[in-house]
Amino acid sequence: MSLIQAQGLGVRTGGKQILRDVDLSVRKREIVTVVGPNGSGKTTLLRALIGAQTPSEGVVIREAGLRVGYVPQRLAIDQAMPLTVARWLALSGIKNSQQHLQIAEQVGISGLLKQQMSSLSGGEFQRALLAEALLMRPDLLVLDEPTQGLDQPGMASFYNLIEGVREDLDCAVLMVSHDLHVVMRSSDHVICLNGHVCCQGTPTLVSNAPEYQALFGFDTEGALALYRHEHDHRHDHAQQGGSDAG
Amino acid sequence: MIIVMIMRSRAEVMLDDFLWRAALAGVAVALASGPLGCFVVWRRMAYFGDATAHAAILGVALSLGFSISVFIGVLLAALAMAFLILSLSGRMFAIDTLLGVVSHGALALGLVAVTFIPGVRVDLAAYLFGDILAVGRLDLLIIGAGCLAILVVLWFRWERLLLFTLNADLAAARGVDTRRENMILTIMLAVLVAVAIKILGALLITAMLIIPAAAARPISRTPELMAGIAVAAGVAAVAAGLSGSFYWDMPTGPSIVTAATLLFVVASLFTLSRTKVLR
Repeated sequence: MSLIQAQGLGVRTGGKQILRDVDLSVRKREIVTVVGPNGSGKTTLLRALIGAQTPSEGVVIREAGLRVGYVPQRLAIDQAMPLTVARWLALSGIKNSQQHLQIAEQVGISGLLKQQMSSLSGGEFQRALLAEALLMRPDLLVLDEPTQGLDQPGMASFYNLIEGVREDLDCAVLMVSHDLHVVMRSSDHVICLNGHVCCQGTPTLVSNAPEYQALFGFDTEGALALYRHEHDHRHDHAQQGGSDAG
Repeated sequence: MIIVMIMRSRAEVMLDDFLWRAALAGVAVALASGPLGCFVVWRRMAYFGDATAHAAILGVALSLGFSISVFIGVLLAALAMAFLILSLSGRMFAIDTLLGVVSHGALALGLVAVTFIPGVRVDLAAYLFGDILAVGRLDLLIIGAGCLAILVVLWFRWERLLLFTLNADLAAARGVDTRRENMILTIMLAVLVAVAIKILGALLITAMLIIPAAAARPISRTPELMAGIAVAAGVAAVAAGLSGSFYWDMPTGPSIVTAATLLFVVASLFTLSRTKVLR
């Protein structure tokens, strides 16, 4: 049973075809990652799925009553708007401060609730964004390059957090990512996008596909090696949820 | 019942006084421009507000030419300008260039058009800088209604507008129609321009949107606090400006804006001194 599904999805803006003929589906508890070069339409695809972009062709089918938690690439919070972390969390529509504290503890920002969003570090900021999306207990978490601007340890701990959250909430995750080796480690299903779906399937399948190697070149060697390395050491974790992939 | 009647009779007496009418009109505009101005600051719409306000002069010319209410004429001109900018933005020119052209173009065209209206000698200064002391009873009613409408809309759409301001996609993911929110914000801005032109004039309306909000920013922790402090700053500026105008015969609109600017300077200095102490 798919939570969300795109059929023959196409997006055209300003006379330019950004996406064409995209078919994809995200099932319960699945982690689906979209990879692709810059300008390949990754963000557009997410925007079409969450309803921020009207598709010019095809359809997006959502399960009735689907709760989508969206973590955008960036927020226009700057010095102009005062916004504490607690107030930001309240924008989720859930004003209960007990729940705020609980979710803040879960993502590791419980000491920062009274701080201004603009004063947070990159990692803390991403966690605050994630916390807001989690408050409504989503069935599907949509993340657009959630680790942009984070260093390597920051990325690793953020992805660990997402995996933990998924176990906790039992939700599916759909994300765009540039971090190929992390993708290879933690995804059930990878979609390689370049205006259209070049190839998709399990991480191993995709990384062996000639289309994928043509797009990412020798970089895939490193990613694949890392994937296998991680796979050896974290066998149980890597296998989890993999049964309904592909 | 009796209390209501007493209050009404007092209100009647008050409204006969031009200074009270001016004060009430000024407070009404400050109440609406405080929170609306916050959105102008957050969304970086200062120049957009300027262009909409400058179009008001064109609206004045239109209303005098066609003998319609100045409020209606200005509202239509401001709306037309706002939607012209919305539809043109992102094409051909950078947005600040586009705003520079249409904003000054509309102002100049309005000034030229006014001189061609036969038989009417228009006090242009009143429309450029405002003439709050000339606010009549009907004016006060229209100003009050316009500002109340803005406040009601803001109250009910506050969370949606905040979300939309922070991230349009996030708002869309929650089912907010972002184009509609943008349009509503634009219409509110046009309404404020239409009701505030008598008080502040086309050149100073944006000041009343931006300066109180900017003064509130450094001493606020949440968006709501910023809107509240902006309202307080606006009301204080109106009171100070009116007093200055009454006692020293200063032009009212510029006095109000001067007072608001002083508040901004004080708030900024206060914050600067505190951050220095903390370091």
